[in-house]
Amino acid sequence: MSEKPKLKLALYWAASCGGCEIAVLEINEKLLIVDQVADILFWPVAVDAKYDDVRAMPDGHIDVCLFNGGIRNSEQEEIAHLLRRKSKVLVAFGSCANEGCIPGLANLYTRESILERVYLATESTDNPGKVLPQTTYQVPEGEIHIPEFYNTVLALDDVVSVDYYVPGCPPQPHQIWNVLLAVVEGKLPPAPAVVGAGDKTCCDECRRIKNVKKVKRFYRPFEITPDPEICLLEQGIVCMGPATRSGCGEGRALCVDANMPCRGCYGPAPGVVDQGAKMLSAIASVIDSNDPEEIARIIEGIPDPAGTFYRFSLSKSLLRRARV
Amino acid sequence: MSDECFEPRIIGFLCNWCTYAAADTAGVSRMKQPPNVDIIRVMCSGRVDPTFVLKAFRQGADGVLVAGCHPGDCHYAEGNYKTLRRMTLLRKLLEQMGIEPGRFRLEWVSSAEAPKWAQVAREFTEQVRALGPLNWPGTVLAGVPTGPGHPHPQEVAE
Repeated sequence: MSEKPKLKLALYWAASCGGCEIAVLEINEKLLIVDQVADILFWPVAVDAKYDDVRAMPDGHIDVCLFNGGIRNSEQEEIAHLLRRKSKVLVAFGSCANEGCIPGLANLYTRESILERVYLATESTDNPGKVLPQTTYQVPEGEIHIPEFYNTVLALDDVVSVDYYVPGCPPQPHQIWNVLLAVVEGKLPPAPAVVGAGDKTCCDECRRIKNVKKVKRFYRPFEITPDPEICLLEQGIVCMGPATRSGCGEGRALCVDANMPCRGCYGPAPGVVDQGAKMLSAIASVIDSNDPEEIARIIEGIPDPAGTFYRFSLSKSLLRRARV
Repeated sequence: MSDECFEPRIIGFLCNWCTYAAADTAGVSRMKQPPNVDIIRVMCSGRVDPTFVLKAFRQGADGVLVAGCHPGDCHYAEGNYKTLRRMTLLRKLLEQMGIEPGRFRLEWVSSAEAPKWAQVAREFTEQVRALGPLNWPGTVLAGVPTGPGHPHPQEVAE
């Protein structure tokens, strides 16, 4: 029996924290199975292959590329194009590549204000020459180039076409394994599609008791010890469950099971354009008041709507960034 | 475009039972009102998903107006209370996103208040005109790629 050729895999990280890489390792001993059926051609965090090695490959050489991280500088955009060309299947892996995630919250600011804060203003900064990053710099050996920092954090599919989307911050190991199995067995659905997630909302998988929601005051998680049995929204805690895609736990909502509110990392629920707007709509309608002044006072309990409702999805929201 | 000839583009979401009827009466009665408000009729102001408002701004509206029955008069009992709560929170979000509060307005206009509708339309149009163009796609999102499948095959650097 002739042996089936091994699958060619690549993994890459762009604007991300590295949590997605850890999540891949969290499939634990199943990594050994991956090693049996696949060759990893490129994985900056774990394998010593260079960009030039990827450039030397024929187009479409890589079978599947798991790309995590958003696009916030010119290097990341360049590698996104490179890996798109070299890969038969490109997967936006994790919330950053899907919709910007936490780095995408930088879209509430401008490039200038971020550089100013980081390189000049922070209390621990010592930069008497007020040096800011330059894209080119002259050194004795010649001119060197560093990537350009963008004003707006983008999702992967803003710059290249994407075949599959695996949501989550990070994608949960059991879902990663499901996706890898589907790849190996050739059972991926027709592209483009969301894989490695549910097709309902987080609330649908939540096991708490749900009654009528009427909120007189919002609490931030540190201000209250929630009842472990009752819906967190009913207790006045902003839980993103109603607007968030299911799939993080195996038939349960992961954070909610740990008595913490859903923060929305699995992205918008199926069919939803703008996760933040849907969540805003849901949370506002449970406010238990008809008096404009009291409503305004209750809403003060949500000090940062943009950061709360778009914590993971600002880059892919309708407005995409703030006007500064 | 110079400021003098700037004509604001305003999207108005009007409830079927009150404000739309008022706007209809205002039109039939030939009350003077600016043509800047593009009216979208919804069954209830409670039908106005915040997504609609954001989408209007995203697609280039300079102002958005949401109007329905007076509190207590909702055809569906309490749809407009939900509107009130949603739009109060939405206004806070819009401010964070850099959209001036003056570009977004919530009004109660009953079907018997055609003159009030005409006045709201006039006032709001002048208010948005004074704020100038917003043009979200042409300014805030200028040069920001909006995939999917954005064709861009060449490499940027060595």
